[in-house]
Amino acid sequence: MRSLFFLLEKEFRQLLRNKQLTRVLIIAPMIQLIIMPLAANYSVKNISIAVVDNDHSTFSQKFISKITASGYFKLTGYVASYPEALSMVEQDKADLALQIPINFEKNLVRENSNKVYVAINAIEGTKANLGGAYLNSIISDFNSEIRASWPAGAMIADAPQIDVVSSNWYNPFMNYNLYIVPAILVTLVTAMAVMQSAFNIVREKESGTIEQINVTPIKKHIFILGKLIPFMVLAIVVFTLGLLVAWLLYRVVSVGSLLVLYISLIVYLFATLGLGLLISTYSSTQQQAMSLSFFFINIFNMMSGVFNSVDSMPQWAKNIVETFPPSHFIKIMRMVVMKGSGLSDIAYHLIAIALIGLVFNTWAILNYRKTVE
Amino acid sequence: MKPVITTERLTKRFGDFVAASELTFEVDQGEIFGFLGANGAGKTTAMRMLCGLLAPSSGKATIAGFDIYEQTKEIKTKIGYMSQKFSLYDDITVSENIRFYAGIYGMSTKQIKAKTHELLEELQLESEAKTLVRELPLGWKQKLAFSVSIAHGPDIVFLDEPTGGVDPVTRRQFWDLIYSAADKGVTVFVTTHYMDEAEYCNRVSIMVDGVIAALDSPNNLKQQFAATNMEDVFYELARNAKRKGD
Repeated sequence: MRSLFFLLEKEFRQLLRNKQLTRVLIIAPMIQLIIMPLAANYSVKNISIAVVDNDHSTFSQKFISKITASGYFKLTGYVASYPEALSMVEQDKADLALQIPINFEKNLVRENSNKVYVAINAIEGTKANLGGAYLNSIISDFNSEIRASWPAGAMIADAPQIDVVSSNWYNPFMNYNLYIVPAILVTLVTAMAVMQSAFNIVREKESGTIEQINVTPIKKHIFILGKLIPFMVLAIVVFTLGLLVAWLLYRVVSVGSLLVLYISLIVYLFATLGLGLLISTYSSTQQQAMSLSFFFINIFNMMSGVFNSVDSMPQWAKNIVETFPPSHFIKIMRMVVMKGSGLSDIAYHLIAIALIGLVFNTWAILNYRKTVE
Repeated sequence: MKPVITTERLTKRFGDFVAASELTFEVDQGEIFGFLGANGAGKTTAMRMLCGLLAPSSGKATIAGFDIYEQTKEIKTKIGYMSQKFSLYDDITVSENIRFYAGIYGMSTKQIKAKTHELLEELQLESEAKTLVRELPLGWKQKLAFSVSIAHGPDIVFLDEPTGGVDPVTRRQFWDLIYSAADKGVTVFVTTHYMDEAEYCNRVSIMVDGVIAALDSPNNLKQQFAATNMEDVFYELARNAKRKGD
């Protein structure tokens, strides 16, 4: 244990003396946490729409102003013919073209039905999907509004009888930050823990000091602990600063206990630092370690449910994602922060992370030979 | 004098390649033992086996009375190791390096303090105690690395080309350090490519193609090969080598 003390003392000296690195390690994730949630937002805004109003009636005017008043759409063209609207879509000046037919109002009143035509630019999938869906819901809203405004006697039998009213549990106002900020914080902590622990050990290989260590009586696990503990401390600092940024900037405050969050964080770091260690045992240069780390971090970021739901993935992909520590920790973060889940609620994910961590660390230790071949 | 290193037919194979073949020799306590050979002759492999960095394929060896297979843990407390490439941490200071290595060898805080003072004085580095190692000239670094490698009082110190790239004056000073360590009873096992350094050794072994081709005192070797200096002895032996250097 005494040698662990001297190892830690040396590691912290090296880390703290490298002011530039320490600064980057702490400030860079904070900047990312400040910027990324602003951009990474599901709700699509500023969908440009070109309208062809062939009716020029009160109803068509009301309809158009309802669309623009929704906040999602931006009227970029009010044109005379459909081909003109379509050419705006072709030139990327509009995402949607909406055509209101002649006699829109007359037919609506007389025959109680009408059709509008919508052309959607589907190059950007999300925008197309959501834009179409928003427009649909505006149309159906408009539909019931004008019916309601008619005199009671004119109410028609086929008016919708069932109206769905939903409320969003745990996130009543669908505050997107509540959902995305904790997940982004997880990805930042992950990248730091995996990469820095891997680089640090490989740096000793590159400079050759690991040879010197190998002829000393230091035990394998003590050396590894001496390497992992400093990065665990650093990751906890980054995580804590991240929670502060989330609170000050995004008003994201954990409903659940901070103790549960920190217990989970430590278990999580056991797994991610283990992965870093594993990467270091397979790399003899920092460049190799960087390439390997990027491979894992990219997959983690894209597949662990930060932006898209894991549940909607095919089964084979879900099985793979099960083995990713961040996918579990992101779930834990969201459960604790939004729902206030306790240890027993997150037990499954916590145990999963611990098991994955055990595999990484055992594998790494077996692969890290003190007798260097 | 009792032997502190004994090897018997010590061999290391990498697949079909025999890097070190049936090495048999003894080194006495306090002896300066030169280990010579062209690049690729198997010196480093042999040394790494003796330090416990590499498991031998066959043969026997004891270091400070401990078995090389079974007692590597005990061996590690009895040896020091230093090489041209692998030595100190260059991003911490001189005294922090001494403190670190002395600490992991289990020296007490008081001992560390005394040792640091003694070392700095011996090397005349008192004024550089708080200097980062990377800022020291190479020669100073190597002298410091040697002193650190024997700070914990090992029986044997292994030096792998310790003076590579160091100027002649500093090399001379380095050898003064080696002599003073040997005088205190530390056995010095040293590899080198400098033939003048070979002359400083009590005994010299020359490896060619993985086997020990000659082993004796520099004077006896010169007589045996009818040479005026070690350079000629080495050339006589090494020119017939079949292996290409690395």
